[in-house]
Amino acid sequence: MLLLVGTRKGFFLVEADDRRGNWKLRGPLCESWPVYHAVFDPLSGTIYAACASDWHGAAVWRSGDLGETWTLSSEGLAYGAEDARKVSKLSTLALIDGRVLAGAEAPGIFESRDGGESWSLLTTLAGQPGCEEWDDPANQPPGHLGVSAIMPDGEDTSHFWAIVQGVGLFETSDGGATWAPRNRGLRADWPRPHEEVGFCVHRLVRSPADPRRMYQQNHVGVHRSDDGGHSWTEITDGLPSEFGFAAAVHPHDADSFYVIPLDPGHARCMPDGQAAVWRTRDGGESWRRLDRGLPQRHAHLGVLRGAMAIDRRDVPGVYFGTSTGQLFASADEGESWSEIASYLPPVWSVEVAVIE
Amino acid sequence: MADLRLPMTLTPLFSDLPRRVEVDAATVREAIEKLEERWPGVRDRLCEPGPTLRPHIHLYVDQQRAGLDTPLAQRSRVDVVAAISGG
Repeated sequence: MLLLVGTRKGFFLVEADDRRGNWKLRGPLCESWPVYHAVFDPLSGTIYAACASDWHGAAVWRSGDLGETWTLSSEGLAYGAEDARKVSKLSTLALIDGRVLAGAEAPGIFESRDGGESWSLLTTLAGQPGCEEWDDPANQPPGHLGVSAIMPDGEDTSHFWAIVQGVGLFETSDGGATWAPRNRGLRADWPRPHEEVGFCVHRLVRSPADPRRMYQQNHVGVHRSDDGGHSWTEITDGLPSEFGFAAAVHPHDADSFYVIPLDPGHARCMPDGQAAVWRTRDGGESWRRLDRGLPQRHAHLGVLRGAMAIDRRDVPGVYFGTSTGQLFASADEGESWSEIASYLPPVWSVEVAVIE
Repeated sequence: MADLRLPMTLTPLFSDLPRRVEVDAATVREAIEKLEERWPGVRDRLCEPGPTLRPHIHLYVDQQRAGLDTPLAQRSRVDVVAAISGG
């Protein structure tokens, strides 16, 4: 078991034994570059890390030996000399049948077909409502993520979803040539110039047990889809806050889903200084607070959108990293937790990989 | 030969790239191209498409703030500085 942890100051690997204990930390790797997201490709045994250095720009680091040695490339990761858009950061990675996709800010998706050595622009989701606003370089404030997530279908290699931060969720069925907004039923508490977009999707997950079932943690509310994202129903009732970033879905039970509600104001921390993960077992009809082993006093912890993951064991393990550098793990579906790493830089992403 | 002094954040990214490199070039742009020939990819770490210098890469030729078109003399010293505040 391997956790891939992207932080503001480098990449870390956290390895466990078969019983998901005895965690060992390695890092910082990738020369301590800011790492927004990292994934492990089981086909090639390669780790890819999406990075952006304030000095040296955006690039994807890769390691074919589980983090012992690294190389980076940004060849082709640009919109071109005549284009006002710049690739200020790479926010997310996805693996589709040997290809690597990278979501960028300004919003776009780049593709590598040679294991991360070179890249080419796949799509900017051109023509979607609102794209003229999100393509305007003036609308690229620091902190924006652009395409903040790419979610593959898992079966159909030409079918995937992408989140454009602050705009909404989009679906393609032809490998990125054309897109459709998938935000029907979502809530927005702000004016929107376009009917189909203008939603703030923080995190999207899809049930491996039922591909039609999706969940999302939105800026305003938690939402469920039973039709593959074509329509959404809010399931926030019972949670202490409608706001949060991270989310995870149970690998074997489509009705079990996890979120980490946060104070929606300036703090963006777990409410009342008490750390908790919340889980539903009935598709959002009811929620249960899970806090055994988590700090309950003066624990002002934030968890960002990519910083919670779940493994696929029969009894899945759940993992999350905080903006103050703690890493927590549960080996029993969230019933109990332990702190497996401390004093890391701010955690931006957590992914779990099983190394055969 | 101009005397290029590179930031410590750059050298670990390329095999055998030293902190100081001597290059025969008429301008800063040409000097970076010479580096690119020997260490492919180094231009992208210093420049955005165009090319233009990355916003937080500052260049000084003989202690004067410089750009890509700044001419180099036979013994110019070029300091490449990774300049940004913050912790």
